[in-house]
Order: sequence, then structure tokens, then C-alpha cells
Amino acid sequence: MGNFEVKWEAFTRAFVDYGGYKMVLEGLQNTIIIAVLGLIIGIFIGIIIASVEVMPKYRVIPRILDKICQVYVAFFRGTPLVVQLLVGYYVIRPLLGLSISALGSCIIIYGMNSGAYVSEIMRGGINSVDPGQMEGGRSVGMSYLTTMVKIVIPQAVKNILPTLGNEFIALIKDTSIVSFVGANDLYVAFKYIGTNNYEFMVPYLVMALIYIVLVLIITVMIKFTERRLNRSDRRH
Amino acid sequence: MIDVIDLHKSFGDNEVLKGINITINQGDKVVVIGPSGSGKSTFLRCLNCMEDATSGKIMYHGVDITDMSVDINVHRQKMGMVFQHFNLFNNKTVIENIMLSPVLVAKKANKKLKRAERKSVREIKAQKREEALALLKRIGLEDKADAYPSQLSGGQKQRVAIVRSLAMNPDVILFDEPTSALDPEMVGEVLDVMKELAEDGMTMVVVTHEMGFAREVGNRILFMDDGKILEEGAPEEIFESPQNPRLKDFLSKVL
Repeated sequence: MGNFEVKWEAFTRAFVDYGGYKMVLEGLQNTIIIAVLGLIIGIFIGIIIASVEVMPKYRVIPRILDKICQVYVAFFRGTPLVVQLLVGYYVIRPLLGLSISALGSCIIIYGMNSGAYVSEIMRGGINSVDPGQMEGGRSVGMSYLTTMVKIVIPQAVKNILPTLGNEFIALIKDTSIVSFVGANDLYVAFKYIGTNNYEFMVPYLVMALIYIVLVLIITVMIKFTERRLNRSDRRH
Repeated sequence: MIDVIDLHKSFGDNEVLKGINITINQGDKVVVIGPSGSGKSTFLRCLNCMEDATSGKIMYHGVDITDMSVDINVHRQKMGMVFQHFNLFNNKTVIENIMLSPVLVAKKANKKLKRAERKSVREIKAQKREEALALLKRIGLEDKADAYPSQLSGGQKQRVAIVRSLAMNPDVILFDEPTSALDPEMVGEVLDVMKELAEDGMTMVVVTHEMGFAREVGNRILFMDDGKILEEGAPEEIFESPQNPRLKDFLSKVL
């Protein structure tokens, strides 16, 4: 294991003395920013798509909206995230003449991608709410939209919170490919550290550990909120 | 007040209502009885377009509310409904359940006023809260104002549901088997609230299996079977001297 000690020393030198930790911190920060903002955008888009999907379709406009949502979901679920990143950053962004940073583009694309998945979760959540809740709202003269926003969606969100936590974990893990469009994340940071003396064993090991710890922390947080929500359910 | 003209309703190939004609007047207490599957709940749910009629008209204050271009929400605000399974909003407290729609309606009306006459949202909420509390007091549940529906018993939930529809100052309240999902000892408290409403002159249409209530409170009894109204009359006529053989058969089973 003498060899490993040498490698470890090389790593700590690059990590501490050459400022590698700054890049790691920046990468960690970017990972969390992309995952958090991506999930927020995703929930927003997901709620809209799910609401369109469960809308009664007597009229033309809901039917058209439904078709648009179907195409959207099919695209984002049917192509790899890397492809979406590349197309978004190198095709759509220049075509529309947008001047968004790599990080900003990642946030938007992760959000849109996550929206497609959250919409499926959300639809399940809305369907899990007793139809009587909608009838109750309509019976006192509230519109479909008002009842949806004030009564059904809050209950649906509560039901799917644990599943949304899993989506958040998936997003955290998916951020490991943002270097494809030049954004800095943990992978970029540890590659930089390893490149100092071409020793990659320790850096990538530490990278894996950081991801695992991050995911474990989030899992514990989800469990905690789950338990708190269950407690508020037993209010008899 | 409500004119039902040749109302038909089908679910797929299954024709549930086969031509209903009836006029409900101000102050009427119409009680609909009949065997299960006779279409009485569907009839009631068609009255406020909770189910869309397949054909026929429902005239409410002279407007055909089955017409898709009519804003049904405006009419439902004056047409309360009480459900078998209460349908209280689970994510709202009791008082919020009652206030929610009245506040929204008041806010909307407020926007149409001239600027100088407008009230603040806080004033509207305070006023509606007070009205809601007064209603809760009437049913003796003011101490449950900040409880959630999950903390109430079935009877309490149904009384809150009645008050929720009452808070809109409706012209008529539709009751869809309001006591069917209750434990027997809670039926009385709900029926008492309904009797009180009837005494106050509220127009009511009640689908129920409580024959005692039908007899005592109803001024018109409708007997439905197989999607049609087979017999209609005052409680004495229906219960003392039924004409239709199927009504006789039904009464012999339930009385």
C-alpha cells in the first residue's frame, strides 16, 4: 500500500496546496444549484403538464394543449439527457441568439427534463386525491382551475413528496455530465486535481464518496419530512 | 325555481334517466325515494350539472343551465350541494372550508366596485370569518373552527358540509344521501340540522333512505324507479295510500 500513500499525498497536495478544494467546492455548489433550481422548474412544469393531462377534454383547447404536452414528455423521456444538453446548448441556444451561461443552460435543460418526469409523478398524485374533493369545490361554485389550485394540487403534492425526493436524488446524480457543455461540477474539479500528476485513483474515489454522502444526506432529509407529514395525518 | 324538462341521462349504453319532468318551487322540500339504482342520485346530480344531462333542459331561475355556454359556477354558487361522503376540503381547516368560496365570490364582486367603495382583502376575510363562525355556532361546532376534517366525526363533518353550502346563501340545497355514510348514532344530529333548515324555509331537494325524515319534513315526495318518476305526492298520499304497485312493494320493504 506504499503506492497508495504516494497517491494520497499527491492528491492532498493538489487538493489543498494547489487550490483544488476551491474547484471542488465550486463544483459541489453547481451540482446543488442545478439540482435544486432544476427540480423547482421541474415541479412547476410538471404541475402544468399534469393539470393539462387530467383536464376534462370536451373542448378543443384542452385537447391541443394535451397533444403539446404529450410531444414534450415523449421528447424529454425519449432522448438521453446528454443529447438534450448538447442540443440545448449548441443548437437551440445559438439559434435563438440567447446569451446564457453554461450553468444557466444546464439549469433550464435539467428543469425541462425533470418536468417531463415530475408530470408523471404529479399525475399519479392528482389521481390519488379523492374525486370528491373536486366535486366539493365545484359544488360551492368554484371553477375547475380554482379548485385544482387551492384544493387538489396541494393534497397531490403532499402525497408525492417522497417520490419527488427520489427525483431530486436522480437530478443530483445526473449533474455529473454537465461538463459536456463546459459547466464546472465535481467531475471537472477532480479531473483537474488528477491531471496535476496524472494520478486519478484517489480523486475519483473521493468524488464517488462525496456523491454517496450527498445522496445519503438527502435520503435522511426525505425520511425526516416523510415522518413529519405522516404525523400531521394522524391528527384525530 | 327549478324546471326540469324531459331530462335524459345515459352512461354509455346504460340509460339511467328516462325523461324526468318536474318543477321545484320556492320553499319546496322535495324528498326523492326509491330503490338503489333507480337513478335518484343521478337525477339530483344533474340538477346542478355535476353530471351533464344527455338531453333535456334544466331551467334555474329561467336560465337553461345545461347549456354549455352558461357559466355554471355562478349558478352553483346559489345551489348548494351536500354529499354522501361529505367532501370537505382535507387540506383546509373547518373555518377555511366554510369561508373559502364566499371570500372568493366577495373578492370578485369587490373588484367590480368603484375604487372608493372597495374593501381591503383583510376586511372581506374578517367579515366572512365572522359569518362562518356564526354558522358554526348554530350547529354547535364553533370550538372546532380550527380543526381539520380528519379530526371530526362523520356527523360533525356532515354538519360542517351543510354549513359550507349554507355560507353561500343558496336558494336551494341538494342533499345526496346525506346520512347514508354515517354511523347510526350520528344520523340524528345531521337530520336535526336539516329539519332546522327546512323550518327556516330553505328550498331543499333530498335523496334519502330515511323514511321518517321524508314523512316529517318533505312536502312533496317523489318515488323514482328505473329512471322515471313513478309517483309524486304529499307524504300522506305516498305513505298512506300508495297507488303504484312498485311503490307499494318498495314501501313494504323499507317501512
